Amino acid sequence: MMETKKISKVDLIFEDIDPREILTRVKGMSATEIIEEVLESGLKGRGGAGFPTGMKWKFCSEEKEKDKYIVCNADEGEPGTFKDREILDRVAQKVYAGMTIAGKAVGAQTGIVYLRGEYKFLLPQLRAELEKFHKMIHELGFDFRIDFRIGSGAYICGEESALFESIEGRRGEPRNKPPYPTSSGLFGKPTSINNVETLVNSVIILKYGSEFYKKMGTQFSTGAKVFSVSGDTPKPGIYELELGMSLLEFVNEFGDGDTKAVQVGGAAGFCVPRKLFASTVIGFEGVPTGGSMKLFNSSRSMYNVLHNYLDFFNEESCGQCTPCRVGCQQLLKGVESVKRGESKSTYIDELVKLAATMKVASKCGLGQSVGNAFNSIVENFREEIIY
Amino acid sequence: MKKNKMVNLKINNQPVSVPEGSTVLQAAEKLNIHIPTLCNHDDLCVAGNCRVCVVEHKGARTLLAGCATPAAEGMDIMTNSLKVRNARKHVVELLLSEHRADCTKCYRNQNCELQELANEYSFGDHIFLDLVGDHEAMIDDASCAIIKDDSKCIRCQRCVRTCSQLQKVSAIAVSGKGSEMKISTFHDRPISHVVCTNCGQCVNRCPTGALTEKNYIDSVWDAIYDSGKHVVVQTAPAVRVALGEELGYDPGERVTGKMVTALKQLGFDSVLDTDFTADLTIMEEGTELLTRLKKALVEQDKETALPMTTSCSPGWVKFIEHKFPEFLPNVSTCKSPQQMFGALAKTYYADNRGVDPENIVSVSIMPCTAKKFEANRPEMRDSGYKDVDYVLTTREFAVMIKQAGIDFRTLEPSGYDSLMGDSTGAGVIFGATGGVMEAAIRTAYEIVTGKPVPFDNLNITPVRGMEGVKEASLKIEGCLKEWSFLEGVELKTAIAHGLTNANKVMTAVRNGEADYHFIEIMACPGGCIGGGGQPIPTNMTIRQSRIDAIYEEDMSLPIRKSHENPEVQAIYKDFLGEPNGHKSHELLHTHYIERVPY
Ligand SMILES: Cc1cc2nc3c(=O)[nH]c(=O)nc-3n(C[C@H](O)[C@H](O)[C@H](O)COP(=O)(O)O)c2cc1C
Ligand code: SF4
Repeated sequence: MMETKKISKVDLIFEDIDPREILTRVKGMSATEIIEEVLESGLKGRGGAGFPTGMKWKFCSEEKEKDKYIVCNADEGEPGTFKDREILDRVAQKVYAGMTIAGKAVGAQTGIVYLRGEYKFLLPQLRAELEKFHKMIHELGFDFRIDFRIGSGAYICGEESALFESIEGRRGEPRNKPPYPTSSGLFGKPTSINNVETLVNSVIILKYGSEFYKKMGTQFSTGAKVFSVSGDTPKPGIYELELGMSLLEFVNEFGDGDTKAVQVGGAAGFCVPRKLFASTVIGFEGVPTGGSMKLFNSSRSMYNVLHNYLDFFNEESCGQCTPCRVGCQQLLKGVESVKRGESKSTYIDELVKLAATMKVASKCGLGQSVGNAFNSIVENFREEIIY
Repeated sequence: MKKNKMVNLKINNQPVSVPEGSTVLQAAEKLNIHIPTLCNHDDLCVAGNCRVCVVEHKGARTLLAGCATPAAEGMDIMTNSLKVRNARKHVVELLLSEHRADCTKCYRNQNCELQELANEYSFGDHIFLDLVGDHEAMIDDASCAIIKDDSKCIRCQRCVRTCSQLQKVSAIAVSGKGSEMKISTFHDRPISHVVCTNCGQCVNRCPTGALTEKNYIDSVWDAIYDSGKHVVVQTAPAVRVALGEELGYDPGERVTGKMVTALKQLGFDSVLDTDFTADLTIMEEGTELLTRLKKALVEQDKETALPMTTSCSPGWVKFIEHKFPEFLPNVSTCKSPQQMFGALAKTYYADNRGVDPENIVSVSIMPCTAKKFEANRPEMRDSGYKDVDYVLTTREFAVMIKQAGIDFRTLEPSGYDSLMGDSTGAGVIFGATGGVMEAAIRTAYEIVTGKPVPFDNLNITPVRGMEGVKEASLKIEGCLKEWSFLEGVELKTAIAHGLTNANKVMTAVRNGEADYHFIEIMACPGGCIGGGGQPIPTNMTIRQSRIDAIYEEDMSLPIRKSHENPEVQAIYKDFLGEPNGHKSHELLHTHYIERVPY
């Protein structure tokens, strides 16, 4: 039986703290000490892939190059996610502090915030905050500068290597991996790319210590996380909750009493039906999420839900690799064709196999994750999809 | 030098050791294990986007693209596991679903990489829905040289990489994303209305029939069958060392004599040689260079544009018109050998044979797609008619041979017809990068000094070879009296092939970093032997074989200097007068047009 936690709200991300105090302490720490602390905390990336942040920094710090980069991924394109916007709006200084800490840990002097195009309206305020921040770290003796780059509205540019391509002035298409960003990222230099929330978590860890941090969440999913709750809920919004609760707990808190399924992790995530609420852990050991939690009640057509996701992928795939570019079209046209009765209902099984191929043969995380939503919805709501 | 570290891995349970930095695909090749590929091409950077080459790495969450994954110590790779086969079959089926598989009507039928994969992975019914929409709307056939058919495109982006990396032209690029992603041009204009140089390198690398040359096979047949027409044909130097590949020979086979016989059997009225006008080009261009040098060095004329560049590659000419228009005065005014031939076919040849030029149809067989565009330039009508009516690529020519049921292998070799059919070794080497330079030096040096070039067997090796940009200089000593102004001058030359290299050289010239007198530029890698109209596939090894054959052909000919070509001597005596003379200017020289850079 997996460990589950009771639902527990915390207030750390948005807590109003003075970054000067933490950075003063960090100034006195060695890179190894910072990395050890973050490793010890068990922090995993909040951008979706869940890679241990301490490891990422360690790999990057071990690279011998002189020029390295810290990139803050603020492209937030996952449908139903709006937590990074909220963080930048309310506690930008903590994001900058996280980047500065990361910079010290890996040995980078340059930080870049890649901001989602739709969030451009935040820029004047973010720049004003940054000016204050630069002044402060200059006084503290940090050799670190942060700059902004604005995305152009493509979901795929949130994928780290496509994001680098975009900053470098090319079409946002994911690269082959390896090499990984920590050895060859932005402009071919070692790069640590971290989500907005991940960076703020590193500040929390350095303020309160890894021991404190680990007490939150579970063994595999330490800490808390900001959730963007949407869909059929009386309480849509942003909530910071400890990881590791069961989905049932979550639905009891946020559902409208008629929840039939929850899409955990946005379009790239999984659709969990009511019968699995109790046994589903929200966390890296169960169903991970970049933060999006979308609830569906019984008035919803799961065919429409699936169709929406497929439409989204069909538009947002970069189109460079075969399984994803053509696969997305086939999934979309396929369910339409079955719905209209033009293809046999068993054609759905071919599509499930196709989605499995897309998972293993696509070039990047986008194509690899289309099958999550597709197969979980089709398996659990087959009748709704076919008839 | 650091010794290359080796990595050890297993592929299909067989151990193999490869230098660090090799890909899984290369490691498999070493074991003679075939991994199918599609977007991969030897000449281009790795893309890893078709996913046909996926392999299984035991324990890994996903499959890996063999072409894009570095071989690493301890890897345990399976290239043919159930998981791999299933995925590969899906990938091929997906590609087929977005491709208009009209194979029997397709120009690339039987030489199509997708078809080959389909034969291996997809038989019986197709699994997926057909995604090709209204295909008529997806075909751009407005250009006289290149047809782009998006309904056959499988988005491997070989063409895009070719156009941007190999050629620095970027006429085609990816536009749109998701289901809208396609290979497009500036504002989706027709290929004929953008910066495309018509070099056809994309055509040569397209795995399917999405990019092809516009074919004029039927028009040529019509002319042949029209008894009122007198059809003359010229063959470019590079065709004779590549045609064999289309007809079952190994790369590098010289088939000149059989080729001439085949042309006669096809019904052409006269089979002539572009080599003849290549030699003529040397006379004209060599004289032009010497004149420019004299103006610049003796008369100190500031208006004289140096360095002078060659003008025989129409892809290069269009490139400079778009990208370096301020250097158009530097381009030799000589027409290309094809166009010199065309202008003479309907004047000199017509007079001599007593044929009304109105009734002459002039056909050329070229390794090149840009020649189709060149023949259609409005300037190319100095004979009073369209100088060259139809240009066929090496590939189209091979199709005609097959259509006619000719058993090429058993043909007896024969010689070119006369008047414009004599070739020298100098004309032949026009087909390889460095060849025009070598031919020009062989002649110019001898004109100026009265002695043959001081190289063993006339082989000017410093200008040969596959390096992207070559530089060579030659000190001129022992000048004849009328050329004494050149005494002691060090003639500086550069040779570039492939437009990326052309761009490099011209950028250096623009920045004042180069002090060349003469530059040879060929749009295609390796020169014409690697032209866009040559047999598919073309790659580094194949280009080298063709080049070797070109130099063998040179050595095999009794005359190896342009000015010694008897028919060239005759045409100056009987018709043209002297190089760069009045008649030459009327028929053999041209001018260029400034074009926009996109
Ligand atoms: C299609 C796609 C979109 C992504 N979009 C985002 C995004 O908007 N924000 C983000 O932080 N990570 C995004 N990621 C994940 C990033 O590639 C990367 O893993 C992440 O930025 C690493 O930061 P982390 O380790 O802090 O999570 C996306 C990944 C994929 C495949
Ligand atoms: S999986 Fe999709 S988004 Fe990713 S590289 Fe392939 S086509 Fe592009």
